[in-house]
Amino acid sequence: MKTAGEKLKREPLVHISKRAALPFWKSWLIRILSIVASLVVCAVIIVLFTGDNPFAIYGTMIKGAVGTSRRVWNLMQNVAMLLCVSLAVTPAFKMRFWNIGAEGQVLMGGLATAACMILFGNKLPPALLMLVIIAASILAGAIWALIPAIFKAFWNTNETLFTLMMNYIAMQIVAYFVYIWSVPKGSGKIGVINATTNAGWLPSIGHNSYLLNIIIVAVLTVLVYVYLKYSKHGYEISVVGESENTAKYIGINVKKVIIRTMLLSGALCGVAGLLLVSGTDHTITRDTAGGRGFTAIMVSWLAKFNPLYMVLTALLIAFMQKGATEISTVFGLNDSFSDIITGIIIFFIIGSEFFINYAVKFRSHKEVEAK
Amino acid sequence: MEKTPAIALKNITKVFGKIVANKNVSLTVYNHEILSILGENGSGKTTLMNMISGIYHPDEGQIFIGGKEASIQSPRDAYRYKIGMIHQHFKLVDVFGATENIILGIEDGRYDPKTAQRTIMATCEKYGFEIDFSKKIYQMSVSEKQTVEIVKALYRGADILILDEPTAVLTPQEIQKLFAVLRRMRDDGKAIIIITHKLNEVMEISDRVSVLRKGEYVGTINTAEANESILTEMMVGQKVSLNIERTDPKNIEKRLVLTNVSVNSNDGRPILKNVNFTAYAGEILGIAGISGSGQKELLESIAGLQQLRSGSIIYFNPKTGREEDLRDKTPLQIKNLGVRLSFVPEDRLGMGLVGSMSIIDNMMLRSYREGKSVFVRRKEPHDLADRIIDELQVVTPDAQTPVRRLSGGNVQKVLVGREIAASPTVLMVAYPVRGLDINSSYLIYNLLTKQKESGVAVIFVGEDLDVLTELCDRILVISGGVVTGIVDGRSATKEELGLLMTKAKHTEEEGTK
Amino acid sequence: MITSFIHRAVMQGIPLLYGSTGEILTEKSGNLNLGIPGIMYVGGISGVIGAFLYENSLASPADANAVLAIGIPLICCLLGSLIMGMIYSFLTTTLRANQNVTGLALTTFGIGFGNFFGGSLITLVETDVPSITLSTTSHYFSKTLPFAHKLGWFGEVFLSYSFLAYLAIIIAIVASIILKHSRIGLNLRAVGENPATADAAGINVSKNKYFATCIGSMIAGLGGLYYVMDYASGVWSNDAFGDRGWLAIALVIFTIWQPSIAIFGSILFGGLYIVHNYLNDVINMTMSTQELIKMAPYVVTLLVLIITSMRKKRENQPPASLGLPYFREER
Repeated sequence: MKTAGEKLKREPLVHISKRAALPFWKSWLIRILSIVASLVVCAVIIVLFTGDNPFAIYGTMIKGAVGTSRRVWNLMQNVAMLLCVSLAVTPAFKMRFWNIGAEGQVLMGGLATAACMILFGNKLPPALLMLVIIAASILAGAIWALIPAIFKAFWNTNETLFTLMMNYIAMQIVAYFVYIWSVPKGSGKIGVINATTNAGWLPSIGHNSYLLNIIIVAVLTVLVYVYLKYSKHGYEISVVGESENTAKYIGINVKKVIIRTMLLSGALCGVAGLLLVSGTDHTITRDTAGGRGFTAIMVSWLAKFNPLYMVLTALLIAFMQKGATEISTVFGLNDSFSDIITGIIIFFIIGSEFFINYAVKFRSHKEVEAK
Repeated sequence: MEKTPAIALKNITKVFGKIVANKNVSLTVYNHEILSILGENGSGKTTLMNMISGIYHPDEGQIFIGGKEASIQSPRDAYRYKIGMIHQHFKLVDVFGATENIILGIEDGRYDPKTAQRTIMATCEKYGFEIDFSKKIYQMSVSEKQTVEIVKALYRGADILILDEPTAVLTPQEIQKLFAVLRRMRDDGKAIIIITHKLNEVMEISDRVSVLRKGEYVGTINTAEANESILTEMMVGQKVSLNIERTDPKNIEKRLVLTNVSVNSNDGRPILKNVNFTAYAGEILGIAGISGSGQKELLESIAGLQQLRSGSIIYFNPKTGREEDLRDKTPLQIKNLGVRLSFVPEDRLGMGLVGSMSIIDNMMLRSYREGKSVFVRRKEPHDLADRIIDELQVVTPDAQTPVRRLSGGNVQKVLVGREIAASPTVLMVAYPVRGLDINSSYLIYNLLTKQKESGVAVIFVGEDLDVLTELCDRILVISGGVVTGIVDGRSATKEELGLLMTKAKHTEEEGTK
Repeated sequence: MITSFIHRAVMQGIPLLYGSTGEILTEKSGNLNLGIPGIMYVGGISGVIGAFLYENSLASPADANAVLAIGIPLICCLLGSLIMGMIYSFLTTTLRANQNVTGLALTTFGIGFGNFFGGSLITLVETDVPSITLSTTSHYFSKTLPFAHKLGWFGEVFLSYSFLAYLAIIIAIVASIILKHSRIGLNLRAVGENPATADAAGINVSKNKYFATCIGSMIAGLGGLYYVMDYASGVWSNDAFGDRGWLAIALVIFTIWQPSIAIFGSILFGGLYIVHNYLNDVINMTMSTQELIKMAPYVVTLLVLIITSMRKKRENQPPASLGLPYFREER
């Protein structure tokens, strides 16, 4: 056993303590610095793989993301889709309900859309068809979110793991229907639905097929922001998220709020599915959600669950993904390069939160001799 | 018995954010002695002890152990210096048994729980502890858990033992047992520190008393030379008269009648058994009892937060004259019946308030539903927040500040202020002065008296028998979920209350024998 | 046919067993590492990179040295997954970041990393091979006991696997014993249940979290290596590993946090994963029905999750502090 004297030399070098709130600009400065730092690290990695001037490469990236007007539209469409799913998960997160099942909820919404397009495409008048599609997709997403919510509300079943499993069940259900509806039969692919009649497609505004999607998401962003910040429901969500006991104490029906909020979360995911299938791809595969359900969690969290900031974080991530994809094409690399870049940037931003919430003090090294 | 300094603190300072928890504290504890550290709530006793046991690290100052300067960076270091701490909130792993908890973190040779258990049993026998080794911690009672904690420290060969408010959860018999053990350990040569704010216990058990006030060291005196009034003066700073102005109840009328109320815990244990009492408008009804005797569940039953197994809770509405049964109603339903019930729960930040929300948003908790709009109105809550800050002298930068950033006393003022602002007909408060300094405490007592005078039925759950006997008109004593007596507050003595607080336990134990 | 089904089920189950054993250790320390799927990708691709470089440095496959052919990919795999574990631990334990977000970012990163190198390795090292096919390495990795096929069904069911498969089972058993019957296990469980208590008892909480998460990541990474080198015969194809990482996390719930149950659980899940192929021989099924049957492991996991939460038995619940960061001076 060591004696007390030997232990003395171990004055801690760093001391960590919780900070009182940082001023707004300081916390954002830290975040921006972390993004800059991550870009430097990414540049190093890019140089390692391509051997080119990093500035030229970031130039390529910017060109890839916003180089032409078509690319700008593409980027905005991507931002809109990511933002839509992020908006969907946010009310649940504010309630501390870790809904990582957006992927599945989006898929179910998309599946409902596709089903309506295929089954009723030529039987219903366009306006009615659109209504049916909207109702079905919202309902499908909501139901998929309702199931874990009920179990959480009544038996406190772990929602993170529950919603995760629901994703894969949704994928298999989609895979099932993809085979059933595949064109030609047995090919395992649906292909563009109603390619000639465009039945059930979201209409283009002018000549731009994405504009409607973007407008819808923009409206949703404002609605979700107002809902969370100013409505009674939003207030209840915050209370339940912060302290379930307080919620019960003031007479909030916690079960009801959990279920109601998840229904909303799922419904918004359903809308995302609708926009993806009816407004973008006009087909469905098990990859239609494309990992957005997971990326959205990061978008929402990075924005501190504030829908307005989420526009920025979604833009950042979509921009990096588009840009990195461009790098990989130009330099003949695999397009998963963008995932690596996104991952690194997110690591840095996640890490920077620590310096916002905690103060790190370095001690001057002083030797204390005990006699 | 030669006394040598076991542990000495020199100029210890610790700051949390902007709050100075300890400032220049110096004190010494000897072997063969029991030292009480006395101080009001919030005087920094626990913080100080946490620094000795390695939970916190002092910002300034030195700790000497056995005459040598020690650097206690972690609880592991504390054990190395043979310091054992029994925390107020037990540090036990719920799903482990006693043995696993006791040997946790010890590294000496082979891992062998069976042998360890035999050693533990020997220790238990030596001091007369009883531990059921087949039970998991979550199946144990509070006093069983404390036993495990003490045995844990002993098993680690602690020479310096720190107990943080060890008696709060014990019956007088258990307290006597504990004190006997402590004396035996003192006679073994151990240095024992008891943190407490109960003067009678200080007088009974300790050899010397060190007093802290608002984080600062006031002084140390031998217990033999001390008496309660000297200690109080040291603790509070100036001579305070502990008299609460108690007015005679006026216009008494029935407000709340509980009949045969029984409540079970989630795992089916009975917590309240056939509770009967009446609360009258215009009086303060005190509720006394050892903590965990069912006080919390009693208040929560009235507030609609507990499911009743049997019984009824009848509310007499002074406006309509109607009688409403509150049983099986949610808090919202109760409110919608027109019952104006205010409740200051024991757990302020965990139940009464939302720590991360601003004072304004916390004001809204009670009122946000008002109006038909789907949106919340923040204007009235803002006015209310400003009014409470002004009237109760809440120390805060502004009304937008999150409640968590306020000190304990100010948090309590916000909560009590909000509950009173709802102009209740029944006001229930649980341990409203816990963690408050004397001045704030008296502010709260006066508020309660004012409420009583204005015709509110006040139900006050307290732990300090002196306060109960000075503040309340009647005192209901609860023990093990059973009401063991309702006595007149003006004539009741502490001894009488103490007896009632443990009464049911005796009869129950005799019954099982 | 039943023997061959069991054989295939075990082959399918081994990566899951690695993944879930690793994740159980991690979760026991209170870290919910949703980065496991990414870590398994990184483990696989790191092994592939090592093997690829080694194979390309050889003049002919005959020059290969068995120790190097196994050792290099193995060490690369362990290193790759260790780094992933370190990233996760640094962010969540040292910087106290949100575990869910960190884990998901790690998975995005890991899968991207795997697919990137899987797709670009050949371009990057400028060789003239058409695809990553590591038959030499795989040959060493998939060696089975020589007498296995002589023992009929017994040999096929119990003895016909490569060393990594047996290693998985050994690791699971060892992990189970360590968790239940050792001081390390006791400390680890205490950290996951109640870090403040563990801290007060003198256990270094951060060290335990780092330790469990990094070891757990390395074990999970081996699952990726096994998949490429043995199951896929040394052929890396992007996204082929699929959702096995998530299935491994599901398995953790299914086994109520016990590695010994994971041995059987993984084989069961492996069987559920491929049962549609075999059922097809018994009752003729369409492709679509097969897709439905593929959801069986997830549905089974859900049922277990629901049942354990309804029974509320304390011992079967997730570690109490799972997903929460620990800061000693929290006030």
